[in-house]
Amino acid sequence: MRRDLPFIVFFTAMMVETIGVLDSGVWINFVAMALFTTLLAQAWNLLGGFGGQFSFGHALFFGCGAYTQAILQLSGGLGAWPALALSVALAAAVGAAVGALSFRYGLRGSYFALASLAFAEVFRIGALSLDITGGGVGLMLPLQEGFSRLQFGSRKGYALVLLAFVAAALVVSSWLRHSRFGAQLQAVRDNEDAARAVGVDPFTVKLRASMMSAAFMGAAGALYLQMFQYIDPAIAFGPAISVEALVGAIVGGMGTLWGPVLGAVVLHLLAEGTRNLFGQLPGLNMVIYGAVLVLIVTFLPRGLAGLGRSALVAFAAWRERRHG
Amino acid sequence: MLEFSILFPSILGGLTTGAVYALIALGLTLIYGVLHIINFAHGAALMVALYAVYLLKSHFGIDPYLALPIVVPGMFALGYALQRGVINRASHGKDENILLVTLGISIVLENLALMAFKSDTRTIETAYTLSTVQIGPAFIALPKLVAFGGALVASTLLLLIVHRTDLGRAIRAVAKEKQGARLMGIDVDHVYAMSFGIGLGCLGAAACFLLPAYYVNPQVGSGFVLVAFTIVVLGGMGSFAGALLGGLLIGVVESLCGLFLGESLGQIGIFAIFIAVLLFRPQGLFGARA
Repeated sequence: MRRDLPFIVFFTAMMVETIGVLDSGVWINFVAMALFTTLLAQAWNLLGGFGGQFSFGHALFFGCGAYTQAILQLSGGLGAWPALALSVALAAAVGAAVGALSFRYGLRGSYFALASLAFAEVFRIGALSLDITGGGVGLMLPLQEGFSRLQFGSRKGYALVLLAFVAAALVVSSWLRHSRFGAQLQAVRDNEDAARAVGVDPFTVKLRASMMSAAFMGAAGALYLQMFQYIDPAIAFGPAISVEALVGAIVGGMGTLWGPVLGAVVLHLLAEGTRNLFGQLPGLNMVIYGAVLVLIVTFLPRGLAGLGRSALVAFAAWRERRHG
Repeated sequence: MLEFSILFPSILGGLTTGAVYALIALGLTLIYGVLHIINFAHGAALMVALYAVYLLKSHFGIDPYLALPIVVPGMFALGYALQRGVINRASHGKDENILLVTLGISIVLENLALMAFKSDTRTIETAYTLSTVQIGPAFIALPKLVAFGGALVASTLLLLIVHRTDLGRAIRAVAKEKQGARLMGIDVDHVYAMSFGIGLGCLGAAACFLLPAYYVNPQVGSGFVLVAFTIVVLGGMGSFAGALLGGLLIGVVESLCGLFLGESLGQIGIFAIFIAVLLFRPQGLFGARA
């Protein structure tokens, strides 16, 4: 972790500098949305990448964060910042509940993926039918700029807040790579039975990872609401956010520190690039998302982050052949 | 509230929907039983089949029921090619990879449809769209009744193929013991692709029976895919009888939930069953192992 920290500090400082220097609205928007996607991918990576639990319904936690943020301000009269803290806490609690239910009964692999998808769907239908969530119409946050309201006139403010969470997720990921808990989590991912045999309790380990992952996902949801001042059931609990989170992490490299950052930025560049090239063709960016997912799984099973490592290994093998 | 004259049409409607669900789930359970993968692209493939039926009707005037001999082989070919060309290559022998690849395929298919057809919901008009048949106190739309019968016939055909033909024997052998089947001279990759093709062929049949009383848009598949997963899990993954009974059961549950809880909450009963079965009886009603 001590080895990663300088890089994380450097990355954060660079980003702060970049956001400060940028004056074109298009680029500030690009940076803010790339950081948003990064946060989604990082959150998914905590459970999916380090823990090997493939969630196909991570939008569940995102939606809980977004709706809590909205309801606490609209009906609870709370300030935006206390609401943010509570949204994160509630998302983590939902993460604990879903994790406890799924892992208690030993759901693994495909079964866990299906269960997570179903949970998100139940919440989507629930949000469509309840009064407090505004039904299908959704909830709208009144526009009131100001730091204390967590609403900014320019996307720069949002970009900086998102950056703070991205940096926090980097620190947590780095901790997972080097701590005892992280080692236990990765052991459970690689072979649950073997991990149990050496005294790791898979249930507790996965449950904690689920809570951490859900907390960051909830933060992303709350910040989404602040940024767009609007949420509805399809955005909150629909498949788009779940897919964005898992594709970013997988394309970048699961279980790595910088993979989700890399994956999210590359995918975002790709999406924006195609949007600029081919106009506003609806769906094309998602076609590319899907195709890239298939190609990455086929040719780069360890993601973009694994590409660098494979190159190093290949280079070492080549040198060995030459000299040996 | 529990009067027969209200309950009976609701149950009957549920059974007709359930038969189509069962046909969709049979394709899914065949793919799961043989390849041991969950096909996340199943809903998107159904959407493709529905668009095929729609285009045949709107461009060439081919009746949906007469389109069966075109759409079913077409979907079979698509499935065979997808499994051989994409999924098999990407799997590297890991289940997670297949999960992700089928997810990727479904994203590509859904959004290609969005590009080609926009997000408009489309329906077709046939002479019999609005005809109804009276059964006891219930009036039921003729296309739904045909769908019920057609889905049952197609399911029976599928069961016959699996249990009575050499191909079926090979499929069952590969499902039980892949290595052993390979040693007996069975081309496992071919059987995988055949199973995937037949699974998608079921969707072709389902689409032909579905469209006269239904609609198509790029997202139409996602509504079916979770229902189909539920049926497959409920019936026991890989069990054909389970999928058939599970489909009918889920159709009735959905219909009754819609009756008592209102249309928008109708599907919540399905997901409640889904989560409960996943948690408490993951081997399903007819499944053999946990």
